[in-house]
Amino acid sequence: MKPPPFEYARPADLDQACAMLAAGDDARIIAGGQTLVPLMAMRLARPKRLIDIARIPDLSFVRYEREGIAIGATTRQCVLERDAVVRAAVPLLAKVMPFVGHAAIRSRGTVGGSLANADPAAEIALVAVTLGATFIYRQGAASAEIPASDFFVGPMMTALPATACLTAVRFPRWGDARIGVGFHEVSARRSDFAFASAAAQVALDDDGVCRRLALGVGAVTACPMRLDTVAKALEGTRVEPAVARAAVRAALADIEPLCDLHASADYRRRAAASLAVRAITDACRAAEAAHAR
Amino acid sequence: MRVELIVNGERRTVEVEPRMSLLDCLRERLLLTGAHAGCEHGVCGACTVLIDGAPARSCLMFAVQADGYAITTIEGVTPAPGELSPIQDAFCETHGMQCGYCTPAMILTAHALLADNPDPTRADIVDAICANICRCTGYAQIVEAIALAAERMRGLNQPARKP
Repeated sequence: MKPPPFEYARPADLDQACAMLAAGDDARIIAGGQTLVPLMAMRLARPKRLIDIARIPDLSFVRYEREGIAIGATTRQCVLERDAVVRAAVPLLAKVMPFVGHAAIRSRGTVGGSLANADPAAEIALVAVTLGATFIYRQGAASAEIPASDFFVGPMMTALPATACLTAVRFPRWGDARIGVGFHEVSARRSDFAFASAAAQVALDDDGVCRRLALGVGAVTACPMRLDTVAKALEGTRVEPAVARAAVRAALADIEPLCDLHASADYRRRAAASLAVRAITDACRAAEAAHAR
Repeated sequence: MRVELIVNGERRTVEVEPRMSLLDCLRERLLLTGAHAGCEHGVCGACTVLIDGAPARSCLMFAVQADGYAITTIEGVTPAPGELSPIQDAFCETHGMQCGYCTPAMILTAHALLADNPDPTRADIVDAICANICRCTGYAQIVEAIALAAERMRGLNQPARKP
């Protein structure tokens, strides 16, 4: 369990980091290292050079930006977990944070690291896809954006160019008065990798009718998946669990779930369906309890 | 590469290869063998140390990344040589260990928990130590130990109750 030798560099700023990446030579970005280091220890990843961006000061922030909340790539998960802005403006993200690894992982792990490594079971990635977040990256001197729906392409694979550095992620902020969120997952040990997970954010109007629903399932397929057909079926109605169940089942009928020693494809599909219905129900209940602003 | 670490309050300078984990650096270079090597890929928690007060896996960090950080190992929690911290004491009293392999990490995790939350519920304790695998005890006495330590530490520097 020792990684093969590599070089280590700690650039002073993002320009330097991007220049190092552009120089090629099989370089990888490291920040918290909570996903990359185990991969290196098992020799599933063998970068020749690590570029440590953890201390670049302007990559760690949480701020309001363009109708949303932008979070810097090296913002540590333990910081996000207790962030008042995140709790108020992106409640679904705040809800899942305690499930992201263990406290000892969250104390080093970063938001960008979780997203860029694209583990199918990652909770932050699930929220990004569910809410339709936008990823911001730097390649050389140029900045570019990519929607979450196009970012994840497979297990541990993203559309991020090899010489690009993820710098931030922007989550949309819902302006609705009555918002509720729900999240559930199944794992072997609390906070371990989930076998199936589901996240829902719902906005109700004054009459309790669902105005907006964002629903996603994680750990079930190669990438987190947003279930827009369920949202379409439930928006404009008072959410009934039976209707939600039927819509979720229909949405999951044709997916190709992951399958391994821990959880079969069939199990993941069934678990995801149950968790999704529970997440929706929780979200509606929370939204009903929320007072109009 | 040259790395400067503040280990248990003492400034230490070591020369390491980039691929040396913080765990190996502590054990092999600084001879602080209280942090234990278990799975070496972040699952078991036996290597947990405190980095700037927060629990972290020392096997999931290269020593070069830790340059300049304050690291607390189990060797650093005793008030004086030959003495035990209240948490260590509670582990002894409730027999919160059998083989002892996971114990230093359990104690450091408990230190971080109680520094943040002096009055944890049973659920808080379980949540904190779920990151650390113990194959012997079944956890019951470990939870008991942390609850006992919390109770005693809350009572420290309080006026003694009159009989």
